Amino acid sequence: MSGVLVFVEHAGGEIERVSREALTLGASLAAATGGPLEAMLIGPGADRTAAALGSGVSTAHVVSDDRLHAYAPAAWAGAIVQLIETRPPAAVLAGGSDRGNEVLAHVAARTARPMAANVVSVSVGDPWRLTRQRWAGSLLEDATLDADVRLLTVAPHVVPVPEPEVDAAGSTRPTIAQSQPAVHEPDLVARVIGHEAPEAGTISLTDARVVVGGGRGVGSGEGFATLEELAGLLGGAVGGSRVVTSAGWRPHSDQIGQTGLRIAPELYVACGISGAIQHIVGCKAAKRILAINTDPDAPIMGVADYAVIGDLHQVVPAISAEIRRRAASRG
Amino acid sequence: MEILICVKRVPATGGRISLTPDGQEIDTRYLGFTVSPHEECAVEEAVRVVEAQGGSSAVLTLGPAAAEEQLRDAMAIGIDRAILLETDGREYDPIATAAAIVATVRAQEAAGAPFDLILFGNEAADTGGFQVGIRVAVALGRPVVTGIKSLTLRDGVAAARREAPTGGWETYELPLPAVVSVKEGLNLPRYPSIPGRLRAKRKEVERIEPAWSSTGPVKLGLRLPAEQGSQVEILGRGPEAASDVVDLLVKLGVLAS
Ligand SMILES: Cc1cc2nc3c(=O)[nH]c(=O)nc-3n(C[C@H](O)[C@H](O)[C@H](O)COP(=O)(O)OP(=O)(O)OC[C@H]3O[C@@H](n4cnc5c(N)ncnc54)[C@H](O)[C@@H]3O)c2cc1C
Ligand SMILES: Nc1ncnc2c1ncn2[C@@H]1O[C@H](COP(=O)(O)O)[C@@H](O)[C@H]1O
Repeated sequence: MSGVLVFVEHAGGEIERVSREALTLGASLAAATGGPLEAMLIGPGADRTAAALGSGVSTAHVVSDDRLHAYAPAAWAGAIVQLIETRPPAAVLAGGSDRGNEVLAHVAARTARPMAANVVSVSVGDPWRLTRQRWAGSLLEDATLDADVRLLTVAPHVVPVPEPEVDAAGSTRPTIAQSQPAVHEPDLVARVIGHEAPEAGTISLTDARVVVGGGRGVGSGEGFATLEELAGLLGGAVGGSRVVTSAGWRPHSDQIGQTGLRIAPELYVACGISGAIQHIVGCKAAKRILAINTDPDAPIMGVADYAVIGDLHQVVPAISAEIRRRAASRG
Repeated sequence: MEILICVKRVPATGGRISLTPDGQEIDTRYLGFTVSPHEECAVEEAVRVVEAQGGSSAVLTLGPAAAEEQLRDAMAIGIDRAILLETDGREYDPIATAAAIVATVRAQEAAGAPFDLILFGNEAADTGGFQVGIRVAVALGRPVVTGIKSLTLRDGVAAARREAPTGGWETYELPLPAVVSVKEGLNLPRYPSIPGRLRAKRKEVERIEPAWSSTGPVKLGLRLPAEQGSQVEILGRGPEAASDVVDLLVKLGVLAS
């Protein structure tokens, strides 16, 4: 069997970045198997988005059935299963997102095949060998995956995506194939039935240029006032470690790490945070890390670019005061 | 409401991971053990539902004899009973894990203990397979949704909410019996009380021998990702470092000069 099918997530006519990453890895695997790269798009706008896929994709299978407009993991997986039953590819790929992992796990469960989540690299052979993330990427596993159709999700932020090609004359577009899968009612039971707007008024931690993070060293919910002040002066947002969310000092939505948010600001200021691996996986994409910690041997020093050794309750207010002093002296 | 929660014993690694010399395992000689924060929230949720609506809760793990510790941790905050699918310490792949859980659920239900709801963590903390809950649900023919951060059980329906890919929340409604995989943030788990711990100590743990199989992925070995290798520059000690920090903020372009 040859070729690769990629489940492509899209919204508002745009392909999600995780899916571009999956398409990029998929293209190299398809070539290694000597088969085509194909895509599957489901839901509103699938047609339009499919037409915009690069020329690396030979066929885009599009499902426009109204009953599959709302996300329904089991039914969407059913559509993929029907497609791969008729012409099994060597592999099916999806992005390592909530939906990518969920849909592919349904495909795996229904077809009794193994699945490897969050792979970072794959080598086509007999059997296929792959490297995948454990512990959210703090640890890597080398493994083999022996199956007729390999089911893989691609770890986010790992595969570099080439710039989308300019729409040059002569560049080919994928063939659009309308796919009309049978839809089974029980598969529609778990489906999105409504949307709620995000809580208003917060600078998103994942978009902020500067994040000031607090850990156990902050000592209390009130202790975050000085971190809020510094973040405010820098136009940034405040986050924290799991210790501070478990203690109820901050809401869980502020948690950075394996079971919280992944952030990628220009600067992350880690105050009173030891640097446990589960925290670091959430902030290692920051361009620069400044640690403020009383302990010069804390593990955070192994990943920080800059550090101030000292009590954050003194250091953080002193930084804010210095920013204000310079602003005032400029008039 | 009858609820089953599945948890997995994992090492509580701190600042660094060290591997055994053969690269097959994490060196756990100096480590404590825990479960994923997602699973802690699943346990807490079950306790709250049973407190509010009656019924009972059971916690299940597939793992070595020592995983009894994680079952007792769950009982210490209010889970009623525990089931240990006792292994010889080998790693079970997601297919084998799901099969063992399904066999146990079927046996329990045939013996007159049906579950309205089976709760999973969104992914295991260590292996991160993102699939056991879905495999169990598909085998049992029950609806399932993953990534849930808010759950309401009323009139035989589980109303659930998770983060939408484009921001905000998306909502689901599953008729019971159902399977739900949850994420940390669902609730704020309580700490066990001393009486809770004592009660948990005295409780029976039901032991079952799970069948072994290996489909894949088959682990060849573990390794640490390449270090970013940054050398930390100490800007100073105490509040006197503030001026150097502000110089840095200007240099990095995050503060106007
Ligand atoms: C499966 C799993 C998932 C997890 N997920 C996450 C996650 O998503 N996010 C996360 O953060 N953690 C997570 N954790 C928890 C993680 O392992 C650590 O327990 C946690 O990150 C530690 O938080 P901390 O650094 O605030 O606290 P500590 O480790 O206690 O560190 C406190 C630090 O503050 C310093 N300090 C103390 N007082 C002061 C002071 N006055 N001034 C300056 N410095 C001071 C100390 O020197 C120390 O370095 C997870 C754990 C597991 C097992
Ligand atoms: N060994 C195990 N014992 C009990 N439950 C497990 C086990 N492994 C996985 N699970 C459950 O399945 C969820 C998803 O695991 P996984 O698919 O391996 O990432 C976990 O959060 C647990 O709730």
